[in-house]
Parts: sequence; C-alpha cells; structure tokens
Amino acid sequence: MIPLLLISIPLLSGLAVFLLKDSPASKALALVSSIATLALALVAVFSKGILHYDAAWLPVLGSRFSLMQDGMAKMLCLLTAISFPVVFTATYNNSYQKSAAFYGLMLLTQAGLMGVFLASDALLFYFFWELALIPVYFLCSIWGGERRIAVTFKFFVYTFVGSLLMLVGLLFVYSKTADHSFALESFYQVKLMAKEQAYVFALFFIAFAIKMPIFPLHTWQPDAYEQSPTATTMILSGVMVKMGIYAVIRWLVPMVPDAVHGHANFVIILSVIGMIYASLIAIRQDDIKRLIAYSSIAHIGLMCAAIFVQNRIGLEGVMIQMFNHGVNVIGLWIVADVIEQQLGTRKMSELGGLAQKTPVLAILLVLMALANVALPLTNAFVGEFLMFNGLFQFNIWMAAIAGISIILAAVYTLNMIQKVFYGQVAEKVTNAVDLSFNTQLALGILVIMVLVMGLYPQPMINLTKDTVDAIFVQR
Amino acid sequence: MNAIIVSALMGVVMMLSGIIFQNKSLMKHLAAAGLILLLVANLLQSYGKYVIQVDTHNLLHFEQFGIFFNTIAIVATLIYVLLSGKDIENTGVHPAEYFALVFFVLCGVTILTSFNGLLMLFLGVEIMSIPLYILTGADKKNLKSNEASLKYLLMGSFSTGIMLMGIALIYGGSGSFGINPATPEMTMGGIPKVSFLTVSGLILLFVSICFKVSAAPFHFWTPDVYDGAPSVFTSFMATVVKAAGFFAFMRLFESQSDLMGATWKILLSFVIIATLLIGNITAVFQQSVKRMLAYSSIAQAGFMLFALYAGNDLAKEGILLYAAAYSLATIGVFAVLIKMKDYTLDGFNGLAKTQPVLALATTICLLSLSGIPLTAGFFAKYYMLAAVVKAGGALWIVIVAVLFAAVSVYYYFRVIQAMYFKEGAAETSEITGGFKIGLLFVAGLIVLIGLLPSVLLNYFYF
Repeated sequence: MIPLLLISIPLLSGLAVFLLKDSPASKALALVSSIATLALALVAVFSKGILHYDAAWLPVLGSRFSLMQDGMAKMLCLLTAISFPVVFTATYNNSYQKSAAFYGLMLLTQAGLMGVFLASDALLFYFFWELALIPVYFLCSIWGGERRIAVTFKFFVYTFVGSLLMLVGLLFVYSKTADHSFALESFYQVKLMAKEQAYVFALFFIAFAIKMPIFPLHTWQPDAYEQSPTATTMILSGVMVKMGIYAVIRWLVPMVPDAVHGHANFVIILSVIGMIYASLIAIRQDDIKRLIAYSSIAHIGLMCAAIFVQNRIGLEGVMIQMFNHGVNVIGLWIVADVIEQQLGTRKMSELGGLAQKTPVLAILLVLMALANVALPLTNAFVGEFLMFNGLFQFNIWMAAIAGISIILAAVYTLNMIQKVFYGQVAEKVTNAVDLSFNTQLALGILVIMVLVMGLYPQPMINLTKDTVDAIFVQR
Repeated sequence: MNAIIVSALMGVVMMLSGIIFQNKSLMKHLAAAGLILLLVANLLQSYGKYVIQVDTHNLLHFEQFGIFFNTIAIVATLIYVLLSGKDIENTGVHPAEYFALVFFVLCGVTILTSFNGLLMLFLGVEIMSIPLYILTGADKKNLKSNEASLKYLLMGSFSTGIMLMGIALIYGGSGSFGINPATPEMTMGGIPKVSFLTVSGLILLFVSICFKVSAAPFHFWTPDVYDGAPSVFTSFMATVVKAAGFFAFMRLFESQSDLMGATWKILLSFVIIATLLIGNITAVFQQSVKRMLAYSSIAQAGFMLFALYAGNDLAKEGILLYAAAYSLATIGVFAVLIKMKDYTLDGFNGLAKTQPVLALATTICLLSLSGIPLTAGFFAKYYMLAAVVKAGGALWIVIVAVLFAAVSVYYYFRVIQAMYFKEGAAETSEITGGFKIGLLFVAGLIVLIGLLPSVLLNYFYF
C-alpha cells in the first residue's frame, strides 16, 4: 500500500492544487502534501523487506500496475520525498505568476518520479518515465529564463527521442518473453542472443544516457539547467538525473548482462571523457548556474562509470552517491537561487565580498562546496571513495584519469567561493542581506545530512544492500 | 447491413427535410438524431438483429471487426456533428444538403467495412468519394474551395480509373471478383504460382487505395485539398474517411499479401518510409496550422500503414485503436481551429490566456497525436509498433518510425508553445458553453482510452 500512496499523494494533491486558483493556499498545500509524502517515505525506509503493490491494468497486453520498493527504490523515494519539501521551503518567498499551476505541476513531477522509481512493470515504467517529463516541460517553458522556449524544447526532444528508442527496446524484449508479460521478473528471465543483447543495450542505453546525461549526449543539460526556474532546476539535477542511473541498474544491467559486460570499456571511456571535459568547461564558466550544471555532469559521469565496472564496491558507491549527489547539488542550487534573487545576477565577475555581508550564507555554502569536492567527513567522500575504488579495480589508468576530475572539481569550486564570497565588496553586493529563516532552515537540513552521511554512511549501505546483492547473485 | 440501409435512408431524409423545414438550425439536431439512430441500428446488428434481411449473394460479408469499426466511425461523426454542427450550417446556404452528403459518405464507409468482392469495394469507394468532391467545394464563392474541389475530382477520377484497371486485371488473372482469388497452385519448393495479371492488378489496386489514404508518393492532392476545403469538412475527410480507407486496405490485403511474396514487403516499406518522411518533414515548415494538420495527416497515414505491414491480429486491433484515437484528436483540434480567426501559428499565440478550456483540450489532442503516454495516441502507436515487432524481423523500420514520431513532436508542440508560452491575444469567434463541454468530453475520452485502452478493445472482444 505504501508504494501506491507514495505516487497517489503527490498526484492527487497536485491535481487539487490546480483548482485553487493562485491563492497562497496552493503553496501551503504543496508543502503539506510534500511533507506527508516524506513521512510516508520514511515509514517505507524503516519497514523491513521489499514492499509490493499489484493491481490489474491491461490484461490484454500482459501489463500490470505493479509497484515494487526494494532498498534502492526506498532510498530514491526518500531522496525525492526530501527534495520537494526542501525546495518548497527554500523558495517559499519566491513568487510565481499562476502559482497554483506552478505548484500543481511540481507535484505532478513528483508523482512521475516516484512512479519511475517504483514501477516493476516495463510498460508502467515507460508511462511514468514520460509522465515525469511532461510537467517539467511546462514548468521550464512557462516560468523559465529568456531563452526558455527553445532550450526546453531541445531538452524535451532529446529525452523524447531517447524514450521512444527505449520503447522499441521494450517491445523487442517483450516479444521475447516466455509469458508475454511486461513484468520485471519476466524481463530478467529473457535470454537473448549476444547480437540481440547488443541491440537492446543500444536502444535502452541511449535513452538512459540522454537522461543522465553522458558525453556526448549532454548538450541539452547546461542550457536547460540555466534557463529553468531554479526550483525546477533543483528537481531536475537533484532527482531527475537519477532516473537514468536508476534505470541502468534496475533494467539494463540484469536484463542484458553480457552486453553490459561487452560495452563496459566503451561506456567507461565516454564517462571519463565526459568527466574531464565537463570539469574543464566548468573552470571557464562565469555563470554560477552553468558552473553547477557542468560540475553535475562530471559527477554523474563518475556514477555511470562505477556502474559499468561491475564490481560490488563500485555499485555500493553509486547507491550512496545517488542520494548524496542529490543532497549536495540541491544545496548548491539553493545558494545560487539566493544570490540571484537578492542581487539580480549570477555572474561571478560581478560579485565579490559577499561573506562580509552574509556570513551565514557563506558558512553554509562553504560546507556545501566542500561536499561537492568530496572532502573527507562530507557525504560525497564516502561515495566517491567507493566508486574510485571500484574503478581502480577495473582499470588503473581509467581511475587515474578520472581522478584528475577531483582536482579540477577543487579548482572550480574553490574558485567560485573565492570570487563570490571573498575579495573586494562588489558594487552589486553592497545591499545584500543575510539569509531569510526558511532558506536557513532548508540549507541547515541539507548541511546536517551532509555531515551525518559523511560520518556514518553505514545505514545507507545497509538500506541498499538487498538491491546490490540481487544484482551480484544473478551473475 | 443495418448501417448501410439506415445511413442511405437518413441521407434521403436529410435531403427532403431541407425542403420541408425552413428552420436552418433544426438540421444539425436532426442529423444528430439520425446518427444516434444509425448507431443503434449498427449495434443491433452486432447482436444479430436486422432491420431488413437482404441476401447479398455473398457480395457483402459482415463480421464483428467491421461492425465495430462502423461504431467507431459513427461515434466519431456524431462527435463531429455535435462539436462543429453550427459551423457546418454557416458554410453555405443549404445546410441540409451537407448533412445528407455526410450520411452518404457514411453509407460508403459502411460498405467498405463489409465488402466481400472487388465490385463492392469499388462501389464503396465511389459512394464515399463523390459526396466528398461536393463537400470540398461547398464554399461556393471561395476560389480556393473551388480549386480544391476540381483538383480532388480530377485526381480522384484518375485513381478510380487505376482501381478499375486493377480490378479488371485481377479478374483476368483469377477469373473472379472475390477478394480471395482462386488459391494459387503450389509449385515445386512451395512457392505459390500466381499469374502475372493478378499481381499487376493487385499493385494497381494498392496504388489507388494509397491515393485514397494519401500515402506518399500519391499524396500530392492532400495538402491542397485539405487546405482549400472548408475546415469543417477537412476535419471529416481527414478522420472518418481516411480511417475507412485504411480499413478497406486491411480487409483487401489481409489475404492477398502472400500472393506478392517478398515484393510486397519491399513495396510497402518504401511507401511507409516515403509517407513518414514527406509528411513529417514538410509539416515542420508549415506556418498555417491547417496546412500543418494536412501534412501531419499524411504522416499519421504512414504510421497506420504499419498495420498492413504487420498484418497480424495485433495489427487489426491496432488499426481500430488508431482510427479511434486519431479521429478523436483530429476532430478536436479541427473543432478549435474552425473557431480561430487566424489559422496561422501566430493566431494561436496566447490562447491559453483568452480561452483556457480550448487551449487545454487542444493540448491534450495534440499530445495524443504526437503519441505521448496517458493519451489514446500512445496506445495507437504502441499497437502499431508492437504488431511489427511481433511479426518479427524488421526492427529497423520501427526505429525509423519512432525517429519520425520524434520529428512530429516538433510541429505539434509548436502549437502548444504558441498557446501557452507566447504573448498574444488569440481571437476566436463566439464560444458557447456547450462547445467547451463537448471539447472537454473529447479530451476526457482521449485520456480515458490512454489510461485503459481495454475499455475500447474489450468491447471488440466482447
């Protein structure tokens, strides 16, 4: 029952918010609904075993409305459930035109994301995959920046092409299932020939790689992150990119193990190129939002590489890092949003000396930034350490080259802190005031999570252990 | 049988009522009542009850598949009349005649869903087409409408000629007008021996029906005719009539495709790719929404051809679903288009502000046309692709098709972008409350089929 509620609470409250007609109540209802979802996600985390929900849907096609929540799904549902209230809190003072529609679409996005992480039926998964995209398309196109229409459309077309190719892949695997069913188990049991596996791998992986995004399919991402309203960007980069990583682990790796093995080198090389490339571009950025966007590509690249090294330690690292990256990147976006809302610019060249005016923001940002660099004691260190360890076991040279990106990450992150917070007080900064209470609260929660997860990551490893076990048992 | 008789009678009734009743606005109500009557008669047939028993000497053959298609066509027409009845009235001076012609078209459609011989096929196609030539030219004072009508008539007669030639050749080759010409003798190695005449006849038939469903490279009439005809009738032509053409296609080539062997698949994949390519790519460059929809209807035809390519049970279900999904969405979009003052893309700017209900319904229809999940259009496309994958072999053509589906998103979403994201004050003619409810009903139906296609298909299975 819990899995169903995790989808239906945001879905129904999202539809209800639409009817509220721009009153401040829409904001409040969205916040309350997202907190209720969070409570439920926590209940799911603390309940034992794998949670199931199953109902008839399309008997003719062999597809059922079946949801399954194992460790990985619990963890990602928790991430989704935490992100929304944090985002709503942090941006509580932002005012939107047609706010009811804005919050309604945000909640529908949440419903779609939950569905993606919970679906254990391929057709249902495809449904939610698209359902998560449509509200985001409208969110970015209506409330985004100047170039929003073209940029969002690029994003939409990229992902849509990917998902259509995935649909072809789904249909192909479906036609090979023994019992003509879209169920996850039936998909796992399909034995494909090497050549078929390669086709299926290509069809699925393009879809997932676009979503992550992996070099060279990443070009939609920096523009989309920059132009979207910041609340949506937080969800896009904090949660939505995890859809791609999640889908690779859930659908691709168990379904076509031989093809995954065969293409491991290829994918890892692409990921590593992407990491270095994105880090180098990040160094040259002047816009804070674009800097965070490129840094995100680099981090995602590492996660993708760590899945394909196909060893246990790498996968454990990915699991932890999926959660931690979400927390960290949302924190960075909140800071970027505060700066943009207060000072009206995101250009680092126009900022400086902010720490003198806003000490609290400075402290919180430095903590977040250190987590972004994966300094020990922060949460990202644990994940990245495990992932690099996995990569090292796979191929020392790859690990060494990928390791450069850590240094580069320190370069661009610390550079950003220096330019924005220290030095001469810039003209635009003179009127800055420190954080409002709600932003402090949101950032505070995230910083506590950064530290707790950095010091004691074991619960997260235990939580996702069943998923990792399941994948390595099948081998 | 019921549907054929009732629709022909209703056509006559509508014509006479145009003389008897002077009240113009009565006609659309009369037509709606007639359509409901037609629907009831058709449903009665599926339970084995006949209005009149006629022995057709095996020229017509009624089966559930065809009767179910009739239901879809009649319901689509009913929705069409309810949504756009007022605009049909406003087209010219004698509204009763237009409704009568619509009924005659339906008569042709119902023959096409039950023909069992090539002669009846020919009759069906002609009964369906001739009223359309007139409807295209309904806007008598408009030069474009006249041009379209003449063009359609000339091209249509040409394709009729090709069809007759094809039928004659098949008769010469097999000695029969049946749709299942004598089973070919098997030669050594199990390759069927088919006479050269039969195959060339079949290819001619294929060409002429390709013309009717506007498949490339026989599509050239479509954009001009759809653009020139009064928009209300374009809506009807592009939906019910086109779907009926596909149904006839399916029925005709279900058993015949084997006769042509490997050539058939090559021929068909050429036509499919060409149709998808020309329809989608040209639609991208259109500035007028009406013309864009004309090209998009070519593109959609390309997708429907997949049913023919797969030729299995899944494809049969799929063509029903596709016909329903495509007709609903297109009728919805056209109903809104007719109300617009300006047919260009810019004319839609800011519609979401001035008419939020219209914009929402149009968006759902457009999402359905582009095949986004949660709408009927997704399952329509899904069935087509699934049927081809199930038939085996040709994964490449499926991949080509989905890539073109992605292209189609471009032009459908441009309308959505205009409505929601661009500034402007889109002007519409007067919108009644009933029209809005009707549109929302159509949108609701699209979403319902998109969530549970079994609602529609279970009825087919009983």
